[in-house]
Formats: sequence, C-alpha cells, structure tokens
Amino acid sequence: MQDIIRQLEEKRAAARQGGGEKRIAAQHKKGKLTARERLELLLDSGSFEEYDMFVEHRCSDFGMAENTVPGDGVVTGHGTVNGRLVFVFSQDFTVFGGSLSEAHAEKICKIMDQAMKVGAPVIGINDSGGARIHEGVASLGGYAEVFQRNVLASGVVPQISVVMGPCAGGAVYSPAMTDFIFMVENSSYMFVTGPDVVKTVTHEQVSHEELGGAITHTAKSGVADRAFGDDVETLAEVRRFVDFLPASNREKPPAWPTEDPLDRPEPSLDTLVPADSQKPYDMKELIGKIADEGDFFETKPSHAQNIITGFARMDGHTIGIVANQPMVLAGCLDIASSRKAGRFVRFCDCFHIPILTLVDVPGFLPGTDQEHNGIITHGSKLLYAYAEATVPKVTVITRKAYGGAYDVMSSKHLRGDVNYAWPTAEIAVMGSKGAVEIIFRGALDDPKAVEEKTEEYRDKFANPFIAAHRGYIDDVIMPHNTRRRFGRAFAMLRNKKLENPWKKHGNIPL
Amino acid sequence: MFKKILIANRGEIACRVMRSARDMNIATVAVYSEADDGALHMREADEAVCIGPPAAAESYLQIDKIIAAVRETGADAVHPGYGFLSENAGFADRLAAEGIAFIGPSSSAIASMGDKIAAKKVAEKAGVHTIPGHGEAITDATEAAAIAAEIGYPVMIKAAAGGGGKGMRVAASEDVLADNIASAIHEASTAFGDGRVFIEKFIEEPRHIEIQILADGHGNVVHLGERECSIQRRHQKIIEESPSPLLDEATRAAMGAEACALAKEVNYSSAGTVEFVADQSRNFYFLEMNTRLQVEHPVTEYVTGIDLVEQQIRIAAGEKLSLSQDDIKQNGWSVECRLYAEDPARGFMPSIGRLVRYREPEASAAVRIDTGVFEGGEISMFYDPMIAKLVSHGKDRATAIAAMLGALDNYQVHGISHNLTFLSAILGHTRFAAGNLSTAFIDEEYPDGFAPLAGAAELAVLVPVAALIETRLSARRAGPVAKRDYTVSVADTDHGVTLVENGTGATLTWQGRKQLLQSDWRPGEMLFQGSLDGTAISVQVVRNGSAMRMSWRGAEVTLSVRSPRAAELAARMPKREPTDLSRFLLSPMPGLVVSIAVNEGDEVQAGQALAVVDAMKMENVLRAERQGVVAEIKVAQGDSLSVDQVIMEFA
Repeated sequence: MQDIIRQLEEKRAAARQGGGEKRIAAQHKKGKLTARERLELLLDSGSFEEYDMFVEHRCSDFGMAENTVPGDGVVTGHGTVNGRLVFVFSQDFTVFGGSLSEAHAEKICKIMDQAMKVGAPVIGINDSGGARIHEGVASLGGYAEVFQRNVLASGVVPQISVVMGPCAGGAVYSPAMTDFIFMVENSSYMFVTGPDVVKTVTHEQVSHEELGGAITHTAKSGVADRAFGDDVETLAEVRRFVDFLPASNREKPPAWPTEDPLDRPEPSLDTLVPADSQKPYDMKELIGKIADEGDFFETKPSHAQNIITGFARMDGHTIGIVANQPMVLAGCLDIASSRKAGRFVRFCDCFHIPILTLVDVPGFLPGTDQEHNGIITHGSKLLYAYAEATVPKVTVITRKAYGGAYDVMSSKHLRGDVNYAWPTAEIAVMGSKGAVEIIFRGALDDPKAVEEKTEEYRDKFANPFIAAHRGYIDDVIMPHNTRRRFGRAFAMLRNKKLENPWKKHGNIPL
Repeated sequence: MFKKILIANRGEIACRVMRSARDMNIATVAVYSEADDGALHMREADEAVCIGPPAAAESYLQIDKIIAAVRETGADAVHPGYGFLSENAGFADRLAAEGIAFIGPSSSAIASMGDKIAAKKVAEKAGVHTIPGHGEAITDATEAAAIAAEIGYPVMIKAAAGGGGKGMRVAASEDVLADNIASAIHEASTAFGDGRVFIEKFIEEPRHIEIQILADGHGNVVHLGERECSIQRRHQKIIEESPSPLLDEATRAAMGAEACALAKEVNYSSAGTVEFVADQSRNFYFLEMNTRLQVEHPVTEYVTGIDLVEQQIRIAAGEKLSLSQDDIKQNGWSVECRLYAEDPARGFMPSIGRLVRYREPEASAAVRIDTGVFEGGEISMFYDPMIAKLVSHGKDRATAIAAMLGALDNYQVHGISHNLTFLSAILGHTRFAAGNLSTAFIDEEYPDGFAPLAGAAELAVLVPVAALIETRLSARRAGPVAKRDYTVSVADTDHGVTLVENGTGATLTWQGRKQLLQSDWRPGEMLFQGSLDGTAISVQVVRNGSAMRMSWRGAEVTLSVRSPRAAELAARMPKREPTDLSRFLLSPMPGLVVSIAVNEGDEVQAGQALAVVDAMKMENVLRAERQGVVAEIKVAQGDSLSVDQVIMEFA
C-alpha cells in the first residue's frame, strides 16, 4: 500500500514535469507558459480536478515504446471559472511537441463527453505541432473523434478554443468548429498548410505570422474572435468572457446583481446621431451607454468592422448585441459582416441569449467583388439567422434602415419582439436622392426640381412614422431613455416561448 | 438700463456674459454659426440667431450679420466677449453709427491701444514704465555698445521683421555684443530679407502680471489688483491667479497707479487690462493694454467680489462707477485653470470630436466652472480649443490650489484629448507651490514634453484604490472573501498588497504601511470617491478588459490587479517595447484621406505637408513634425481613417 502511494506520488511528479525542465525552459523562453501554468490562470485557484494523468500512448513503432510521458502531451479535467464549472484540456508542447496521439485524443474526448453529459462549457488550449506522425492513421482517427464531438457538442455546450501556439493542418478544424477562438499575438498561428508547403506549391513566400498569425485571423480572415498581448492577458480575458456565457443549452444565460440603475438617463444620446445623415458617428458609444456598467465584450472587433457583435448585460442578464457601425463603410452589410453577425446570432439563439439589434444600415455593399463572391448566399446567412432565432429580439433603428437591409436587421417581419425607432430613424426603400432618380428617371433634368422631389421624398419617408403607422415599429423612443426602454423590453420577454416547426435541421445557405 | 443684449461671441464667454445679464434681468440674444447649432451658448440664450457658415470669418467676424441680428431681435446693446470683434475699432464705430450700445471702450481707445508701437508711446506719455530700449534700428557696433550700456545688460537684440525666435539674440555683456548683433543681422536678413535689428532690455525669468482696471464714462478709474499669468504654453496662458505671489503692496500700488494713469490717458471707459512683464526683483514694464474682458477675469472676480461683466454693462449704460479705490480689497486667493481640447503629450496638438463624457466637478463657494460645452456636444476645429475654465478660491494660495486639485480630480472628460492631467501636474509641482514662476516654467520643467507618470505619492493612492475595485468586482463574480492577496502591477513594477474588507471599506497592508480605504464605489462608476486614511480622494477609472486606466492628480497609468501567482507568471511574459509614436503620422481625427502629398522614400522637412484629411467637411493638412524619410504609406486616397490610425511610417 505504502509502495503504491509512493508510486502514485512519483507518477504525479513525473506527469507534472511534462517534457522536463529543459523543454519547459524553452517554452518559457518563447514567452509561453506551460500547459499547467495556463490552467492555473484559467481556473479558480485550487479548483482543478485532473483526469487521466497516467495515460500513456500505445505506440511501439520508431522507438516510441520506451519513450512515454505520463499524460501524453495533454492535461485534461475540470475546474471552475469564478465558481462556474468548465471542462478543460490544455495541450503540452513540451511533451512530443503537444502532438496528438490516439491516447491524447481519447483524453480530450473523455472530457467533452463528460461536459455534454453534465452541461458545462469546454475550453481547449491548443499548443500542438500536429498529428503524432509515429502513430499514422491512429492519430488521424483521434482527430476525427474530436471533430465528431465538436459537432455533437455544438449548440449543447459553449466551446471555446484558446490557440496559444501552433495549430496547423487538420488540427485547425477542431477550433474551427468551436464557438469562439482566442489567440495570442506573436506566439500563435493557425493554418491548414504551412509556409513551406505554400512555397513548394504556389511559390508564394509568406511568414507564419502573416499566413496565420493572430492579426491575420482576427482582422483579415475572421477565423479568430480576439487576440491579446500574451498568455496571461489572454487567459484573464477568457475568464471575463466565460462570465457572460450560459453553461449549456439547458440553462438560461447567467445573471448577476448590478447596481447600475435601469432608468439611468443618458441625455447625450440625444445628440449622438448627427444632423447631417451622411456624417458618421460611433455606434459603440451607444452600446457603452446602454449596457450595464458600460461593460461590453466585443467579438471579432477587428474583422468586418462595419458590424459590431458582442456580449453585454442588461439588468444583470447577458444579452448579445449586433449593431451596424456607421463609422466603417457607412455601416453597410457585405459578405464579411453578414457572416460575422449571422454566426453570432446563431450562437445566441443556441444558448437562449436575447439579442439586441442597433440598426443604422444604408443597404448592401454594391460591386462586382461582392456579387461575384456571393453576397447573395452570404447575405442571406444573417437574414436566415435572424428569421430562425426564437430568443427575445429587441431592436432600435437609430438612423437609416434602407431596403432589404431593413428587413434583415431583426425587423418586425422576422418575428422581432420589440422594435423601436429613434426620432432620427429613416425607414425607406433607399436614400431619398437615389429614390428620386429612379422614380423620375429622365423626367427631371432641372437640378432644382430634383432637389424638390428629393425633399418631398425625404419628408414622406425619412422618418419613423410611416413604419410606425403600420405597426412595424412599436414605438418611437427618445434616445436618452433607450436603456430604460430596452431594460423593460427584455424583462417583459424573459419568459418568451416560441418554437420553430419540427425539423431535423434547417438548411442555412452555407 | 438695457432691455436686451446680444452677445457677439460663442462658447464659455458667451455663456458667462449671459449669466450676468440674466442676473440683471436683461434678455439675451446669442448668435451662432452653423457649426454651433445646438451649442451651449445658443441653448442658454433667450433668443438665438444663425449668422452663417462655420468659419469665423464668415460668421462671428461678420459685422453686417451681427448688426442684422441686433436689428432682427431688437437688442439695444452688444457685448463682444473676448477675441473675435472685441478689439475691433471698426466694429465699435459701426455700432455707434447704428445707434447700438457697445459694451466696451470707445473705438478711439481700442485703436490707440491696438497698435503696439503707438501704445508704447502713449504709455510713456502717461508715465508708465516701458521696457528700456532704443526705438531705432542699430547702425553700427559702437552705437550699439553705447545704447546697451545705457539700457544695462543683459540686452536683447531683436529683428524688426522678427518672429519665431529668428534674428533674436541675448547679449549678457559687451564682449559678446558685436558678435551677437552680426549674427542676428545675418539671420534676420536670411529669414526675412530685412536685416534691421533693435536693442532692448532683456528680462530674465520674466513673469506675466496684469492689472485689471474699471473706468466709467465720467472720468473715474479704479484698479482691481493684479493677476499673474506666467504659466503659459506656446505663449498662451493656461493657469492664472490673483493675487500674484511675486507682488508686495508697494509694487501692487505702483502698477495699479500706472494702469489707471494709462486708462485716463486714453479716456478709457469699461473693463480693461494693462499687461506688464516683471522680473524676479519686481521691476515691471508695460507690454500692452487689452481693451476687453480677459479670459482670466474670474480670478479677479473671486478675490474682489466684483462682477466685471455687470460693471461693463453698467458702464456702457452710462452709469457712474459705484466703487472707489478704497472699496476694493483683495480677499483670499483665486486660481484659474483653462481646460483645453488638446494633447499635452503630443505637443499640445488640438483635439476635436464628440464629448462622449463630460462631467464637471461640483460647483461651490470655492469652485466655479465657466463652461461652453456639455456632454454629447461636439468640439469642432473651427474655434479656439479652450472649452471651459475651472476657478477656485481659498483663504490663501495653498487652500486655493488644494481646492483646484480636488476639483480637477473630479472633472471627467472623455472623447477628446484634454490637458486636465497636465494642469494637475503643474499645480502639484513643488516649484509652482513655491510661487517661483516664470513664463518659461513649462519649457524649463517639462523640456522633453509631459508624461503623466505615477510617482510614489500617486501610487500610494492608486494601488489601494485598484485593489479595492478588484475586490468589489470579484466579490460579485465569485462571492466575498475575507482576506485577499494581490499583486498590483504598474509600469512593470509589482506591489504586493493584502486587503482585508471591513464594512464599507478595507484595510490594506503593503510595503510596510497600513492604509484604511473607504468608499461606496460600485461597479460601473468611472469616478472612485472615497477616503484614504481620512483624506478625501477622487480617482478616475476606466476599465480596459482586465486592466484599469486610472488617473489622479498628474498621473494617468494602467494598473493590473492579479493574484500573486498570476503576477509571477505575468513577469515571465515578453516585454513589449512601447511603440515610438514619433515614427508615425497618425490621424488626429476620424476622416477621409483626400490626398497623400509624399511618396515612400521621400525625405521630408519639418512643417512639410504630408497628407490632407477631410473631417467634418473641412480639409486638414497634416504636416511633418520633424525631418525624416517616409518608409511606408499605410493608407490610400479615399480611405476612411479612425483616430490615431497610422497614415505613414518614417524610417
């Protein structure tokens, strides 16, 4: 018995050492923390319960039989983030470069299965050179087992990937299918084929960072949601992020007490929308002034900046916010923004997170680039997502809501629950000038007559009243009361029940 | 008395004038440009008239439009405020011709004081001390030596066509006089094509001291003591006070007498200011006379208890001064700070944009705020970036400064860059506290510019506040814990802190000290008000992810509060060198790239135009701050820019 206990201690000590001091030093030298240090920061102190510390790989080829490390390159288990249960895995780059063996995959699958059973988020920390090549197809099978679970868990428990080192080849598809991806600037990258292969095949010369670094994926590709300066900051932000999320689709989103008064007036919102409708303004100011405590966790802040997505709280309850950003591309919808917001809306709908939509949209971005790349398909994703969503949907039109984009942005017709407009709202098929050009095509050559007709069109349509007459707008609200009105709307909707017809699943235009 | 006054101005001074008018039951009319539609002065007036496009030359400086607005509203008098038309003799003449009262001096007084050379002559005639010097250009070195000996060294050699310090030399003694004259002549000829130079006395460590006077149309003149305005940046005053820590009673009386003599000489009637330059031994010399209300008039109002605008109105209405010189007493001390929309860390570059947050400190008997803006208002590029004035009063200088520092801590301005932290830093400076001022104060004390760093005194406040804020935030997330150990990191320095909560506050133990911090701060509040060991503190807090940006007094720093273990791991993270911003041309405002004036690889000189950015329908030329080579241009014509977006990078 004493002997067993001694062995246990020894094995634990060996497992905690991972790939040994030298490799740990190398990891630190790269400005990266070890797999266990990362979990220490991610989880509440002392909350981590580890599984499968003694698992070793079963490969005997290429001299691997003698080369085993307890844990096999991934630390798994569960713990709490601010007291709430989460399941975690953290790949250990110091052990076989964090490569994924059959046993390594099994460890990940075990905590994923467990998470789905009990209904708790899965947070994966990726830092892996890729497949354990010694194992061949067994390693590939391992990936596929993880992929399958990513898909089954999708919409059941939130899945978060924190890419804190390399993540290349097939391995990228596991994070890709999770709900959110966080990266670390300068020390993480993701790509399907690396710079060497790129060079051989296309003769393109590109660095790791440029091909798949944090900036590339947060700004250009939109693959990742956020990137932060280093491991410590990234994990602190993941903790802040988890605070917003429900544990599973069986639970309501979390709420906590706030002393930020719901009836807090914001008189400055009355001057947010400039008198000149061509002039931009920052929609983030509105978000900051209506959210509880001004606290907003933005997702994909650097990608498709013409639309803003992220989480905030209203009277303590988590809400998702989708907002057009007039500061960028006048806030129009294009391929990237439709995909970004569409996926966000679907996440909220999966997990019962009410959606607040702030609308100032002049329409869809025109151009061959957009049409040839399929704005028809991609634009419909956001439309589909809003139409499909059964969560509480509250909307305010601050200024423009033109054309098809009006329909898309959580309009009454897409089962919007509460649709408000500010007095500055213009709900119309298009801008007054363009409308007059079409209605009076060729008939008006006098610029003064054009101006008169434009004025007439503006008077008729560039206001919220036509839509309000028809009930498409529930009320025209004063900007300074916006927070109070939203708060009441969400409170009223807290027990909303709405179900879509039974189906295996819809066919969203992917 | 007048029934209705039109204020031919904008911003804080228009609002200030309206306040006195309202107190006197006089109706007010504002004029506003299209850019000021909805501005505070327009909202506060009983009536408002639009007088044209944003540019001042097309609106606030348009005499015809102002007269038309007077006619339209039936006003019987015009107050010009300061700036714009306030010292325009033509405007005063025109109003007189139209039979409209001008709340200011006669046009002849304006005209005689408007010309600097003429003003100096009038001053000399009135027996006012002027800077000793020779009115004619120097012809040869022998003559120069004679003149310099008569004036007394050190002397200043000044180009007739001078400006920007070019052609200016200081000679401390006769040995260097000839050389300095030669080089000044050479520099002046090259720079201005005019080699004429003058000699006058050089005032070492000069201080700017001015006398406020009031004169009525019946020959009565009194002075209301002095104001010291030595704290200046780029020759613009930013902090003023009354009285001056330099003056004694005798000097004050002498300066006051000379100021009154000058006013009498020009038959002055209204409020006016005679500006002097003084050396550290209280020798004073006339600079110029401002024939209008000064920006810094509130400090005089505080110490004398006299409403200068009211006096101006009464004098303009023909009333006799009800005050004699003996009635005027200086009571206590008053300090004024000017709130500028500018970035002290970037060469005081003006900042424009929306006032996303604007919360003033509470006004009281000791604190007065003269403002022209409001939260949600817009600071445009068309007008002066001074947007408000904070004025404090106390029984003595130290009390007035303390009240000012407290008020500055509670002043919240977001959305634009501002100089509040810089003002606090100056007021908290030991040299300022000692009253050891000069117009070179800022250049001497901040030779490399201003950085809002936190020293030991600031950290003693910021560290415990950050720890208590973190405690309140985490208590809500994960429940209360009796005792917490933190490491608070500020600028790569870690401070281990143990915090024990007790009721409304906490006891903090760190670095051998024990502090008691109490506050009812709640998550979301951007102003942390509390008491630290019994002293009231107000710290501004902006949460930035898991870090906090905090400002207090002259410091504005980012703090991270972590568990000791997290801080230990954070210390292992690679240090990032802060980006050298001087290597970049950043967009000072959101806008659109109209054109890029240079190509990659070009060598540029300081002042050379680099790019044109359209913002708020105005084209802004961005110029090189120093010589350099353009390494990379990051934007193209037609691109939209956000604030601080990199336009180009220099090698």
